[in-house]
Amino acid sequence: MHAEPAGFGAAEGADRIGDLDSYRNALGGLTRRQFLKYCTGVAATLGLSPELGVRIANAAVSGARPPVIWISAQECTGCTEGLLRSYHPTLETLILDQISLDYHETLCAGAGHQAESFREQSVEANWGNYLLVVDGAIPTKDGGIYCQIAGKTVLDTVVRLADGARAIIAMGSCAAWGGIPSSGPNPTGATPVHEVLADKTVVNIPGCPPNPYNFLSTVLHFVAFGSLPALDSKNRPRFAYGRLIHENCERRPHFDAGRFAREFGDEGHRQGWCLYYLGCKGPETWANCPAIGFNDGGSGSWPVGTGHPCFGCTEQGVGFTKSIHSLASLQTVTPPTAFPRVVEEQGGADPAAIAVASGIVGAAVGAGAVLASRLGKHGPTPERPPEDAK
Amino acid sequence: MAKQSDQVHAPVGGRLFTPMFFGLGLLVLVAGFFLFNRFVFGLGSVTNLSDGYPWGIWIAIDLVVGTALGCAGYAVALLVYILNRGEYHPLVRPALLASLFGYALGGAAVMIDLGRYWQGYNMFLPWLSQYNSVMLETALCIAAYITVLMVEFSPVFLERLGMKNIRRRLDKVLFIFIGLGVLLPTMHQSSMGTILVVLGHQLSPLWQTQLLPLLFLTSALFMGFAIVVFEAVLASVGFRRPMEAFILNKLSTVMAWLLLGFVVVRIADLLFRGDIVLAFRANLDALMFWVEIALHVTALVLLWPRRIPASPRRMFLSASTMLAAGAVYRINCYLVGYHPGDGWNYFPSVGEIMVTVGIFALEIMLYLVFVKRLPVLHTVDRAYREEHAAQAREGGAAAVGQAT
Repeated sequence: MHAEPAGFGAAEGADRIGDLDSYRNALGGLTRRQFLKYCTGVAATLGLSPELGVRIANAAVSGARPPVIWISAQECTGCTEGLLRSYHPTLETLILDQISLDYHETLCAGAGHQAESFREQSVEANWGNYLLVVDGAIPTKDGGIYCQIAGKTVLDTVVRLADGARAIIAMGSCAAWGGIPSSGPNPTGATPVHEVLADKTVVNIPGCPPNPYNFLSTVLHFVAFGSLPALDSKNRPRFAYGRLIHENCERRPHFDAGRFAREFGDEGHRQGWCLYYLGCKGPETWANCPAIGFNDGGSGSWPVGTGHPCFGCTEQGVGFTKSIHSLASLQTVTPPTAFPRVVEEQGGADPAAIAVASGIVGAAVGAGAVLASRLGKHGPTPERPPEDAK
Repeated sequence: MAKQSDQVHAPVGGRLFTPMFFGLGLLVLVAGFFLFNRFVFGLGSVTNLSDGYPWGIWIAIDLVVGTALGCAGYAVALLVYILNRGEYHPLVRPALLASLFGYALGGAAVMIDLGRYWQGYNMFLPWLSQYNSVMLETALCIAAYITVLMVEFSPVFLERLGMKNIRRRLDKVLFIFIGLGVLLPTMHQSSMGTILVVLGHQLSPLWQTQLLPLLFLTSALFMGFAIVVFEAVLASVGFRRPMEAFILNKLSTVMAWLLLGFVVVRIADLLFRGDIVLAFRANLDALMFWVEIALHVTALVLLWPRRIPASPRRMFLSASTMLAAGAVYRINCYLVGYHPGDGWNYFPSVGEIMVTVGIFALEIMLYLVFVKRLPVLHTVDRAYREEHAAQAREGGAAAVGQAT
């Protein structure tokens, strides 16, 4: 990580709310109140005190928007698609008002030589200050010829641009640890960004796609405080990847109580029980999916919430590597072989009572049958209407 | 109509203390032993009742099935007095007797089943009543009906005791009681279904429906008719009397249509709600559902009117199948399909079963005593036989015409 970079428009103090009203145009159409609420929300996502939302707000309108260069390597654009579906802030607020997205192959207004030359201008002008985001794995085999943009390999481009970057973010599992392109047999020698840039700090935001808010919060932390959020040993932001999915999963109580879905569509699956035995990788995957969900859909809007086991997309060695239906290796609690029963059975049939009841039913049926047979033989004949009546 | 109203009834007579009487008495004594325990040591010492199953067979069988068997009086009174079909009049007194026993013993079963029975009288105190309770409605209605039944049946006692003046005065107001005697069962027999509607999802969708009140009322009617036939066949065999075969045959036609209506509504309702799928699961609910439906359909096939009047055997079989069908339907509704929550199970204890058996034994004992010592059954003399035969000739033509 870069040593204590001075932030882009770092706020002077949490106690002073800047002259937000004069920046009305900078608020992306939000009112002042909405904007402050949003910034406080960002602070909450980052696990920071709400007071710091004010600093985020000040930084966001300080005018000095950080330039961002976004390079796409071997990827599917899913990470960008995920980002397009963020609503607080919306993508246009982000790229027009909070950062200066100077180059992004999917979102560029220009194309071809125009786009390339604009990137070069921005890189030259902001050398040492821009934020470099890479999504997709970098092919390294045969000199990296398997992914080229404007006649240059993406390997060369990333290595060159990294030198002038203030911070580097690897967006998505492909960039963070190789993802799908690096799965065997890996014909292009797909390599994660941090291996290509071994001497630099690369913030990894894995996921397929990663939750856009994990990316936005990291960027806004950087914008507000001029520093990166706390990272773990794999350089993932701790606020997003500090807990196993298993720890915050809404189905966790079912795991602890021994109520498991055993196959898709069975009774347990329909009841919303734990998906561990369907191959859920939640117990070995570090991510905040159950806590924040996807697409602002409210609680339950994430794979396990909809009944599909987690396949560990954020976790190296799990997603795209382990079989989808193989059991997760439990990192915390192993389920016991026997669970206490959820419901204690009470009452039931006493054999003597069953015998008595069956005896009575049998005797009644028997007596009825005997009587019926006697009625046929010796019983009084009914008085029939005379034949002429027919 | 006038002739039938003047129908002469007489005690059957005969020995009271037969071996059967003592056998039944023994069963009553066994029930008495368990009831003693119940009242001294509490419900828990005798029954398998629990917080999940606060009612067991004492309610499901003694009360719910018992009062349906007691609907004989209701069904026949409806036919004779409301629909003005006087030809069924010979059936009225035995039917009323069955009703009186069915209801009185059903009411007794409720009092036995009440945990704090010493507070039972509170339900008759208006200032303590909970007027939104469907159970209160049922309880008061049944209590009122037992009183009405006693009044309706009282001419039997008055005749026996020779109190002709009182009898004459009673005759002038009897129509009020007859009216009540039809109104009250209509109310509480449908309310027994409403009680289950209130249970909501605790009752399996195989039985839970808004039509429960209608289904309970219909099943009470055909069970009431069936017990009349059942009793008439048994009485004619037991006391070696001619059978009211022609009347009973006509009654069978009424029952057949009622039963058909019940089965059609029952199945159509399940199809309409789509819950018929539950009948194809491998569990006790589904099994008992099919037993119930099979009994209803069997009874319907046995009953279905045909050109030749049914033999006594056929009548007996159809009536008893119908009684079994109605009983299974009611037990399914009140116990089998009732799921109070995970973990609760219920099967009656030996004590509960023996009390129920004892109550039915007592009912049969009392019936024997009543018909032998009181003018319940009509007299079988020459005049009656002639009148009866003539009536068979007239009505027979109409009945055969209807059937074809």
